[in-house]
Amino acid sequence: MTSDTPSSAPRQSKGRRQDRRGTPKVNTSGLYKRAVRDSFTKLDPRNMIKNPVMFLVWLGTIVTFLVTLAPDLFGPAAGKNPRLFNGLITVVLFFTVVFANFAEAVAEGRGKAQADSLRSTRSDTTARKVLPDGSIQEVSSTGLYKGDQIKVVAGDIIPADAEVVGGVASVDESAITGESAPVLKQPGTDISSSVTGGTRIISDELFLRVTSDPGKGFIDRMIALVEGAERSKTPNEIALTVLLVVLTQVFLIVVATMTPIAGYVRTPVSIAALIALLVALIPTTIGGLLSAIGIAGMDRVAQFNVVATSGRAVEACGDVNTLVLDKTGTITLGNREADEFIPVNGHSLQEVAATALTASIFDETPEGKSIVRLAEQLGAKAEVAPEQATGVEFSARTRMSGTDLPNGSEIRKGAVDAIKGFVRSRGGTIAPDLDDAYERVSRLGGTPLALCRDGELFGVIYLKDIIKPGIKERFDQLRRMGVRTIMLTGDNRITASVIAQEAGVDDFIAEATPEDKIEVIRTEQAKGKLVAMTGDGTNDAPALAQANVGVAMNSGTQAAKEAANMVDLDSDPTKLIDLVTIGKQLLITRGALTTFSISNDVAKYFAIIPTIFAAAGIGALNVMRLGSPDSAVLSALIYNALIIPALIPLALKGVEFRPLTANQLLQRNILIYGLGGVVAPFIAIKIIDLAVSPFL
Amino acid sequence: MVYGLFQIALTLLIVIVLAPFLGKYMARVFIGEATFLDPVLVPVERLIYQAIGISEPEEMTGWEYLKAILYSNTVMAVLVFLILILQGILPLNPTGLSAPTWDTALHTTISFLTNTDQQHYSGETTLSYLSQVAALGFLMFTSAATGLSVGIAFIRGLTGRTLGNFYVDLTRSITRVLLPICIPVALLMIVAGVPETLAGPETVTTLEGATQAIARGPVAHFEAIKLFGENGGGFFAINSAHPFENPNNFTNLLQIVLMLSIPTALIYTYGVFANNNRQAYLLFSMVLVVFVGLIVVTAVGEYQGNPIVNGVLGGTQSNLEGKEVRFGWAQTALFAIATTGTMTGAVNGMHDSLMPPGGFSTLFNMFLQIVWGGQGTGTAYLFVYLILSVFVTGLMVGRTPELLGRKIEKREIVLSSVILLVHPIVVLIPAAITLALPDQLSGISNPGFHGLSQVVYEYTSAAANNGSGFEGLADSQPVGTALWWNLSTIVSLLAGRFVPILALLLLADSMSHKQAVPMTDGTLRTDTILFTSITAGIILILGALTFFPVLALGPIAEAFKIATGSLT
Repeated sequence: MTSDTPSSAPRQSKGRRQDRRGTPKVNTSGLYKRAVRDSFTKLDPRNMIKNPVMFLVWLGTIVTFLVTLAPDLFGPAAGKNPRLFNGLITVVLFFTVVFANFAEAVAEGRGKAQADSLRSTRSDTTARKVLPDGSIQEVSSTGLYKGDQIKVVAGDIIPADAEVVGGVASVDESAITGESAPVLKQPGTDISSSVTGGTRIISDELFLRVTSDPGKGFIDRMIALVEGAERSKTPNEIALTVLLVVLTQVFLIVVATMTPIAGYVRTPVSIAALIALLVALIPTTIGGLLSAIGIAGMDRVAQFNVVATSGRAVEACGDVNTLVLDKTGTITLGNREADEFIPVNGHSLQEVAATALTASIFDETPEGKSIVRLAEQLGAKAEVAPEQATGVEFSARTRMSGTDLPNGSEIRKGAVDAIKGFVRSRGGTIAPDLDDAYERVSRLGGTPLALCRDGELFGVIYLKDIIKPGIKERFDQLRRMGVRTIMLTGDNRITASVIAQEAGVDDFIAEATPEDKIEVIRTEQAKGKLVAMTGDGTNDAPALAQANVGVAMNSGTQAAKEAANMVDLDSDPTKLIDLVTIGKQLLITRGALTTFSISNDVAKYFAIIPTIFAAAGIGALNVMRLGSPDSAVLSALIYNALIIPALIPLALKGVEFRPLTANQLLQRNILIYGLGGVVAPFIAIKIIDLAVSPFL
Repeated sequence: MVYGLFQIALTLLIVIVLAPFLGKYMARVFIGEATFLDPVLVPVERLIYQAIGISEPEEMTGWEYLKAILYSNTVMAVLVFLILILQGILPLNPTGLSAPTWDTALHTTISFLTNTDQQHYSGETTLSYLSQVAALGFLMFTSAATGLSVGIAFIRGLTGRTLGNFYVDLTRSITRVLLPICIPVALLMIVAGVPETLAGPETVTTLEGATQAIARGPVAHFEAIKLFGENGGGFFAINSAHPFENPNNFTNLLQIVLMLSIPTALIYTYGVFANNNRQAYLLFSMVLVVFVGLIVVTAVGEYQGNPIVNGVLGGTQSNLEGKEVRFGWAQTALFAIATTGTMTGAVNGMHDSLMPPGGFSTLFNMFLQIVWGGQGTGTAYLFVYLILSVFVTGLMVGRTPELLGRKIEKREIVLSSVILLVHPIVVLIPAAITLALPDQLSGISNPGFHGLSQVVYEYTSAAANNGSGFEGLADSQPVGTALWWNLSTIVSLLAGRFVPILALLLLADSMSHKQAVPMTDGTLRTDTILFTSITAGIILILGALTFFPVLALGPIAEAFKIATGSLT
């Protein structure tokens, strides 16, 4: 699944997580130029009002602009040069707003760049719509609605997300997944009956039923999300916005009542200074960066090649308590490998190897090939050439496969129960050492396959499950983060327990059915936990819908994708773990910048209050020894404005996430963003003051 | 100095030792476990429930609990207002006092109803014994019990229980918490020399031969509930500075311990409800640190006295202006911090005469409202701050913030924010309006920084339901000034009381309906020293920084002015 072949599509190739970080291969040229332009067009009050904190700053800018033009507008102005001071404040406030807009514009721009590269796969194509009478009509792909039947032939771009209803064809999905090997599509099967718009059919033809209306496909949803266009605020973001608005109101009251209160003790404060104080106190840092953090969070998900249907789902990832994971493909590599032949019934190893090789000459599965490989390593030779024999394919009913030899012998390998039945049906007896071998393999966490020739048992093939490298460490990390993992597998209990032990999952369910999956989710949820799972089959759909975070594989069925709230375009179930990290990182970034923003107030208070109330004789509180009231106010404001662009990279990249317990994380982040937030502005404001006070 | 600090330390030690006992007792009472008073009280309570028609009390939702509070409080208010306004024709009026003005009667009613007991009158010359005992004494019990009930209902909701039934909680608060302490304390007060009589004033001839009427009355029992219920309304104008209210150092100690009892104990009650004594200890310690800090600031300020006066005297003399010499600087400083911290509002000296550090500390207490805080509500506010701290910092661990396993979402933030918002609104806005008025109307006696403190103090005291006065403010005459102060503080009184109660109950309701998420390593623990320190930081930033400008222009500016030796 982790092919490193570069894809022909403009998207980044599938690689390991580390490669993908930070360097999205999207077109970013002109991004900043466009963002600068956008940060001015966003000054439109109809847009500004969506962000109450920055809207207030914008209103403040207008008022200070008015008192720049007419310093005596709200009463006689004091100070040496009120017009210069007011003008400077206006400029700084204006840039505070522009910087906040710039943060949002950059985040949106990056999303747009991401979206554009997606959209290039999405260009208008002509589709052949099959009318009810069977005739074919050429329509634009944007004119296709859910339920429409279409026909695609080799070379066509598939015009919409759809389900295969007829035909067999191979489809190149590299544009979406980066996987260059074409995928076989045919109706009726779980995995291969759904196609994604934007992929290309490279052989034969398919009849499809469209499953999404125009603009509602997965790609469209992803585009909307990363562009931030249809971004609805997530629950945490809404709660945080409420808190920011309330803090803003509190400080609005504080500042609004200051004129009469300060006036009473004969320390009048100019309107511009009051507005400056207000802007310094309200949480502009987080207010200006909040939406950029949200958009960047969605963008990070998209960079991981995952389509989220809502921001809510991404946020929920951070809250997940339990991961329900399928063994195969997630915890173990999809393919098992033959590791050992165990002779039974008095046969020699060479005999068993030769028989196993003969049984597998027609077996094209990776497991069959690994048996051939192992037998050949042991020096075994097939008894017959393939041309002389007949292959017997595996079926779910017989649960075995094998080779019929020209002399009438039937060689079979398969599930131990199935082979036992076959042996008995041929008049053979079950060798007593078979069960020992079966158990031994199970205890090693492997899958035992029995091997026989007519009524005679030969041995057991040990198919070894290969646990994905590094997965144990990931589970350890998850455990430290307080996330429990439950493995589901169709294996027997013994095998399952061994794999569970080796992989380091917290719990497992053996011989699991799809019903078990939904059951385990319900049980966990009844305990108040949030559950995430991955799935691909149609019978996973109810469980995907039940889970708080359901990630469907792109290779999965349409039903699974509909039920899930995220779709992984790479069909890599391990990504669920990355999604948990992304969700957490999003919340941490928001929390860290909020804490930083609020902690900053201490220093801003100590910069502004003692200096503007200097007439009240509290100059001793001016612990930073700032030059003059004017330079103190300006320095605090300049700091306030500059901190926004300074934090844009952090907002876009997200606070670095470490797999620590909640308390360790808190300790670390409160030290950096809480304590740092108190100390940093004292230093920064002092430095700015040293720079500006000579000019005032 | 050492002796004074020893007095303070001893008092605090008593409070610290007593709090867990009372806290656990209250938890038993409100969880409904058996207590030693059951044989007597169960039949009594059954009678009460039958009389008010709730023999089978139902669990209330937040709204129902609130409605019950509003209905019952309205009935009480009407009753008390009628008694005050009709006192001239009612019995137990030995001095034949006529009715107070309507606005004073209304202000007094609202003030006692809200557990504030801000007094714009002198008790001995304004109110009859009936008004004092049956009207105000009655409200002292019910308002304290209402606050305690709200605190308990809030703790119940926070810990995932149903809120309970207000009428039952009100009854049990009175029968099982207030009365069992107040009755023996009243007897103790009598033994210590506090009068308890229905006889009129005693007329005596002084050594100089002049005739003096000495006011007295049923004071002892009034004192008990005044302090234990965190009411603070004095029988006499000068409150606990009066020798009949607070005759000696023993009664003074008793009074301080009494007013601190319930709010300190309630933190332990929470510990029992939440089954988390560790958190209770930590929160208790956090508040104690702030409390001791403010006591030290105030005590040092009083001990060092006024540098200008010291300059005249040629030596350090502690500040005894506005103090009873029998209490001295230490007992007065401790009393001042205890009374403003707990929202009691009783005073044993003039807060107006405190040095600026004392003015700062008393104001600071009332701005925060959690340095023990009001009856029931103070503890609840503490948890509101905890919710806000969890929300702000909890995001930093990468999960939706949760307290006691319950997620903090938009609704909780909105309701917590209401509490955060209402205080500055009802303090700063009326203060700003008053300061814009001419001095004559606003009644300020000491213009300048001190005058600013006087005005801010009055509204803060009303909004925080404290009731103490900075005094020195002419708030009872002339008529226009009295009218302004009475009516404008009523707004602060009501808004400061019932808006937070509304928010607290709805908050409790919404928390109680949330499913608790089990604790994992990914859960932010709130019962750690780290988190408790963060909460302290958040309280200082959110609660105190709001009022930093007025503190700067009031006591801080005044302190700097005195330090420069300037007299004007």
